[in-house]
Amino acid sequence: MLNRRLIFAATLVLAGGINGAALAQDKSIVVSSTTSTTDSGLFGHILPLFKQKTGIDVKVVSQGTGQALDTGRRGDSDAVFVHAKAQEEKFVAEGFGVKRFPVMYNDFILIGPKSDPAGVKGGKDITAALKTIKEKGAAFISRGDKSGTHTAELNLWKAAGIDIAKDKGDWYKEIGQGMGAALNTASASNGYVLSDRGTWLNFKNRGELDVIVEGDRRLFNQYGVILVNPEKHPHVKKELSQAFIDWLVSPEGQKAIADYKVNGQQLFFPNAGAPGA
Amino acid sequence: MPAGASALEMVLTGDPGLYSIVGLSLYVSLSAVALAAIVGFPLGAFLALVRFPGRGPLVVVINAFMGLPPVVVGLAVFLLLSRSGPLGFLGILFTPRAMIFAQALLVLPIIVALARQTIEDLWAEYRDELTAMGIGPAGRVATLLWDGRFSLVTTLLAGFGRAAAEVGTVMIVGGNIDGFTRMMTTAIALETSKGDLPLAIGLGLVLITLVIGVNAIAWGVRRVGELRAG
Amino acid sequence: MHGNFSDLPIEFAGASVRAGGVAILDRISLVIAPGAPTLLIGPNGSGKSTLIRLGMGLIAASEGRVLWGGRTSADGARCAMVFQRPVMLRRTAAANIDYALASTGVSRRARPKRIEQLLADVGLQALADRPARRLSGGEQQRLALARARARDPEVLFLDEPTASLDPAATKAVEDIVRATAAAGVKIVMATHDLGQARRLAGDIVFLVRGRVVEHAPAERFFTSPSTSEAAAFVRGDLVI
Repeated sequence: MLNRRLIFAATLVLAGGINGAALAQDKSIVVSSTTSTTDSGLFGHILPLFKQKTGIDVKVVSQGTGQALDTGRRGDSDAVFVHAKAQEEKFVAEGFGVKRFPVMYNDFILIGPKSDPAGVKGGKDITAALKTIKEKGAAFISRGDKSGTHTAELNLWKAAGIDIAKDKGDWYKEIGQGMGAALNTASASNGYVLSDRGTWLNFKNRGELDVIVEGDRRLFNQYGVILVNPEKHPHVKKELSQAFIDWLVSPEGQKAIADYKVNGQQLFFPNAGAPGA
Repeated sequence: MPAGASALEMVLTGDPGLYSIVGLSLYVSLSAVALAAIVGFPLGAFLALVRFPGRGPLVVVINAFMGLPPVVVGLAVFLLLSRSGPLGFLGILFTPRAMIFAQALLVLPIIVALARQTIEDLWAEYRDELTAMGIGPAGRVATLLWDGRFSLVTTLLAGFGRAAAEVGTVMIVGGNIDGFTRMMTTAIALETSKGDLPLAIGLGLVLITLVIGVNAIAWGVRRVGELRAG
Repeated sequence: MHGNFSDLPIEFAGASVRAGGVAILDRISLVIAPGAPTLLIGPNGSGKSTLIRLGMGLIAASEGRVLWGGRTSADGARCAMVFQRPVMLRRTAAANIDYALASTGVSRRARPKRIEQLLADVGLQALADRPARRLSGGEQQRLALARARARDPEVLFLDEPTASLDPAATKAVEDIVRATAAAGVKIVMATHDLGQARRLAGDIVFLVRGRVVEHAPAERFFTSPSTSEAAAFVRGDLVI
């Protein structure tokens, strides 16, 4: 008898909680995005502006690009905001997303120890730099987590004519973690690592690390935003999420992105509507 | 959280971001322990008092589950609560409710296992007396839970310690959403990934202080209670 | 709560209790009838405690049977028991009584008055709000008696309640036992203290190695025991 009463109480607590959660979600959407957008502080800058204008709360779950897309695929977010064009297009082609809107780009940079054991500092050619690192067997930290940055890194190895899956040795370390963790590892082990500029500028535990290669066009990193398809997941908050997407690509949203600076440096370059972006 | 601020500064200046994170941590972990206790105490009492086939193996499994990896629990709850999962219709993934639910599952084996042990020991002492008084099964459970209350507080603390310290489940099912599902442990993980190690350590110290505070309060309550009720 | 039927007499009909092939009680045939206190005496290990537990219904007979007022089950019987080392619930003295009252279905409203009376009967009214486990051994035993009486029993079993008490505390317990008996409650009490048996008993059940060797009115048992073992025990010889 006592047991039954307690179980009943527990059920009430749970049920009450669920109702409360449903109510609290009324004017909010969930966006799955990449660690780089969160860690760089961009969302901290633009989301309050959007909320002020529309009253909509954007809850950002920051994950690697692969996981963020998967979260959208499962219907656990209303929109995805990531940076891996090929994967994004596949996401839309498979019917999980409605349409991909290019929003902005930032760039990747090759980070490495100031001592530069591979001797590649100052160059503008990222593939040449990677070739040298491999030849000299200098330590290289890879995200190894199927994130956008990881995908970009793999594409660069390919562009350098290296089959990294086959050619990797002790010098190539896949850590399977986020950008910050990869930078922490590089800092602790004096390795090279490919990073997005935003995370790097916000990163505090730099130790002996510095920018080694930057400015190569192949290092540009395009972000896109996609509404999760309401036909697959009817609970998706279509209007609220589309309002967020529309704002991101509007002149107002684009200006907000351009205005975000760290130490006087602009991190993200809006390019909504740019052909081929 | 403002960049470059130290944890000490944030504590002293009453940083609202920090205080909401601390509040959420306490809310989620304490709720999870309460939920686990509501289910786990009667369950532990049941295991202590009732002999049935398969009880031995069940006790072993529950004892082993005290060490469940949080990530595994988080992943299981994630798959359960995901829109594509069996409980997806609830729509509570990436909310504090989901975190409470996941942590309650994580803590439940600890509560059940320790409560079972406590109540079994107490039952050995009380069996004859309660039988002589003709107390039925429900009354026995209630009596043993009440008379074991001071020892069971320790059970709750063990559960709370586990919940407050873990990052695996809440990161996965909560999503570490700023101002909504960010707790002490996920904030520490985030600051670590941002490379702000001093802030991460500072937040860690705040968390440890909190846990010590909760334990101190529980200890005080237990002392006073024991003095008054023996 | 209580039926209209009586639990007396309690009749042991060839009742045995075995544990691991050893007979702790061996074919006991005994009738416990209403009246003055029945005292169980005998050397250690003679089966006094087991007989009390059997009579209380805490254990079942391996052979034979026990009848309570002709019924084969002790369920719902108006029996209460005081153990040699009573377990005090982890609450105040008053709350211990309250618990026993609640267990017999006394309404919440009626309890405070009964608690006060029961505590006064055993001289513990001043200690009502003390944690029961902080009382002295003698006080705990008196509280156990009050708690047992709270169940308004027809039969009260006591298993060597004064075994670990000093003379003053023993006297207090005996006074309560006497008063309880005078109030019409049938007392069944184990003791290894012959003096206590003399002071309290109406009849004596003398046990040796799990068997009833003699069952007689107290006066006759002490003046002219009919068995040599009982005679030796009364003389103070060692009976094994």
